[in-house]
Amino acid sequence: MTIEGQAIRSKAKTALSNQSFKTVTVLSSLLAVHDSLGYLPAEAIDEVAKYTKTTANDVWAVASFYTNFRFTDPPPDTVELCWGPSCHIRGAMPMLQKVFEHFGLEQEGDSPDKKVQVRLNTCLGACSQAPVISVNHRLVGNLDPDDACSTIDGLLQKHNRGKH
Amino acid sequence: MSKDYKELTAKAVQHLASLEAVAWLRVGTAICGQAAGATNLLQAIPSLAEKRNLPFVLSEVGCMGLCYAEPILDIQTPDGDRILYKNVDPALAEKILDSLAKGKTHKDNLLGAVTCKDKAIPLLKNIPMMKQQTRVALRNAGHIDPIDIFQYVASGGFKGLSKALNTMSASEVIEEVTKSGLRGRGGAAFPTATKWSFLARSDKKTKYILCNCEEGDPGAFNDKGILESDPFTLIEGMIIAGYATGSSNGVIFIRHGHAGPIERTEKALEACYEQGILGSNILGTDFSYDIEVSLTGESYVAGEETALMEAVEGKRAMPRFRPPFPAQAGLWQQPSNINNVKTLAYVPEIVAKGGDWFAGIGTEKSKGTAIICLSGDIERPGMIEVPFGLTIRDVIEKIGGGARNSKSIKLLQTGGPLGGVLSGDQLDIVLDFDAMATAGAILGSGGIIIADEDTCSVHLTRNLIAFCQYESCGKCFPCRLGMSHLLEVIERITLLNGLESDKALMERIGTSMQAGSLCGHGQLGFNPVSSALKYFKDEFDQHLEEHVCQTNQCSGPFIGPEKTRRWAHHTGSSPTAEVSDRFSSSQIQKQWISVLK
Ligand code: FES
Repeated sequence: MTIEGQAIRSKAKTALSNQSFKTVTVLSSLLAVHDSLGYLPAEAIDEVAKYTKTTANDVWAVASFYTNFRFTDPPPDTVELCWGPSCHIRGAMPMLQKVFEHFGLEQEGDSPDKKVQVRLNTCLGACSQAPVISVNHRLVGNLDPDDACSTIDGLLQKHNRGKH
Repeated sequence: MSKDYKELTAKAVQHLASLEAVAWLRVGTAICGQAAGATNLLQAIPSLAEKRNLPFVLSEVGCMGLCYAEPILDIQTPDGDRILYKNVDPALAEKILDSLAKGKTHKDNLLGAVTCKDKAIPLLKNIPMMKQQTRVALRNAGHIDPIDIFQYVASGGFKGLSKALNTMSASEVIEEVTKSGLRGRGGAAFPTATKWSFLARSDKKTKYILCNCEEGDPGAFNDKGILESDPFTLIEGMIIAGYATGSSNGVIFIRHGHAGPIERTEKALEACYEQGILGSNILGTDFSYDIEVSLTGESYVAGEETALMEAVEGKRAMPRFRPPFPAQAGLWQQPSNINNVKTLAYVPEIVAKGGDWFAGIGTEKSKGTAIICLSGDIERPGMIEVPFGLTIRDVIEKIGGGARNSKSIKLLQTGGPLGGVLSGDQLDIVLDFDAMATAGAILGSGGIIIADEDTCSVHLTRNLIAFCQYESCGKCFPCRLGMSHLLEVIERITLLNGLESDKALMERIGTSMQAGSLCGHGQLGFNPVSSALKYFKDEFDQHLEEHVCQTNQCSGPFIGPEKTRRWAHHTGSSPTAEVSDRFSSSQIQKQWISVLK
């Protein structure tokens, strides 16, 4: 087993035993591991199967169903974009296209420099402030479609300054 | 731990007095507040107040529903005045606190006053957005700290619970709810008391009350709003439902990713256990009850009641076949009831004030209030609670201020994507479950999205269908394939490449979906198209026959998810088809990875 693989396993195990839910299931375990690792590598799936006394196949079946799970190592920053109808009506579509272009993307995914993952969200829950996006889980509403990109850049910078 | 209700209220009175002794500042930090910038405001306040030597307490509250006015700063002074300011940023907060420190009232950006000696300041309850509201489930929203149990008790919390446990039998509680005429607010409008009586009839030891806060409908944020603003109301309603039905456990089901509602609900539950409101011998009586939170991953269909149970059990959220019905064999095969957040949130007040009081609000067959989320091209977006019987016009024009920039309303999208659309000249539809159903409108989750003349109905229909397709769980083929096919057709219509036969084709797909789908998702999945074809026929025809889109939206971009649950099938290798137990675990892993990458 590689060192990296071992590190993933031990992190996954910690996340599994620290779950705050009263009822532990395959799904609750996957959510816990995904929260901690940011993705679900094969090692983590294996650990979830062991922990919940199911098979890797059972676990993959659940993991592949819910759209919030990803299976590759994520970039450090996350930008989520709402494409729901309230945001659509308030001008999200052209705005989102600009954001995609800004990050060198044609659709949702990781930016080519692997710095930002850009995800679409069906509704961020702040429809009354449409159009809405979130930058590293911080919501921003009432965006001016023309300066959405600079708003995102500003927030990413602020976030990363705060980290160092 | 409080040994009974009396002790609990005594503690609450004391706690409230300590808050009211200094300047009590409240900032709304619900999802909408955060999106408007409330986090910055919240962080700025302590140092601003300290610099001015102002003794204060700061509470984070939920959402009052006046989303257009967010971020809201609410100031209550020891002399009893309580004034709210709208659209407050840190710079404005500085000025407001400046005046406050000098014993004066800042006069800019006033929203309204809850109480005030200065009669020149309008009362909050009289501002246009509040005037016609009757707040039952939302009575505390935005007024109390959602995780402070004593603030909840001080505003009458747990009165209903104490009354039920101490003075009523389980069947008397059900009778009271029957009297109230309460109907489910999740969309089906089924009488709540009847649903409860199905569960009460079973004598199994383990029975569940499940509260559905999946709320995946874009445009609806009232369930999350209640959990974020006043989770205790929901918890109290759930315990009463548990008592009435003789059930043993409650589960609050929330979508992962909405940190605010989840955290606040969890903290509120903790506080209830601490004070003896949950656990064994609640409030010193011999009734015991437990509630836990269960999270789901992102999946819209998880909000369907049997799929919800699958998700709580940790599986793929796919609907089950019925029968057996949940009241016979639901979660973990035990008898269960699923209620919407809003439905349960009415229960405490119904029990405390009596079913007749609730039945006095609303119309003949739709009792009580409707909780509605307004968004889109509207002057005052927000979350409101109004008695049934008002018209949609009252709601949009009087309360919401009409379309933005005095444009005209072209289209309404109600009740989530599956609810389809209405045209702007149907504003006189009365808010009433049955009247709306007759008019072909769906109240559903309570979202009303307003669009003005700049929106293309065909382009918007593509958005709604893309959502329905993306969220089809894939279990039954009429929905899985039907939604994909519909999307394909509507896609080419918006690209102005539609065929003349397309309308008939969509009708055919839609009819098959209606007839053949297992759950509401597929059965209603044609609604967005059928309603749009009905009310915006001319616009469709223009796209189809003249190949033009007058709003020009269709020549702009359309952004939607590329990878969907059908995607694995498109790549030619369905994961479920290829995995069998003949493979070793690592081979299975490789298979899945190659498909999902
Ligand atoms: S539709 Fe965009 S936040 Fe709800």
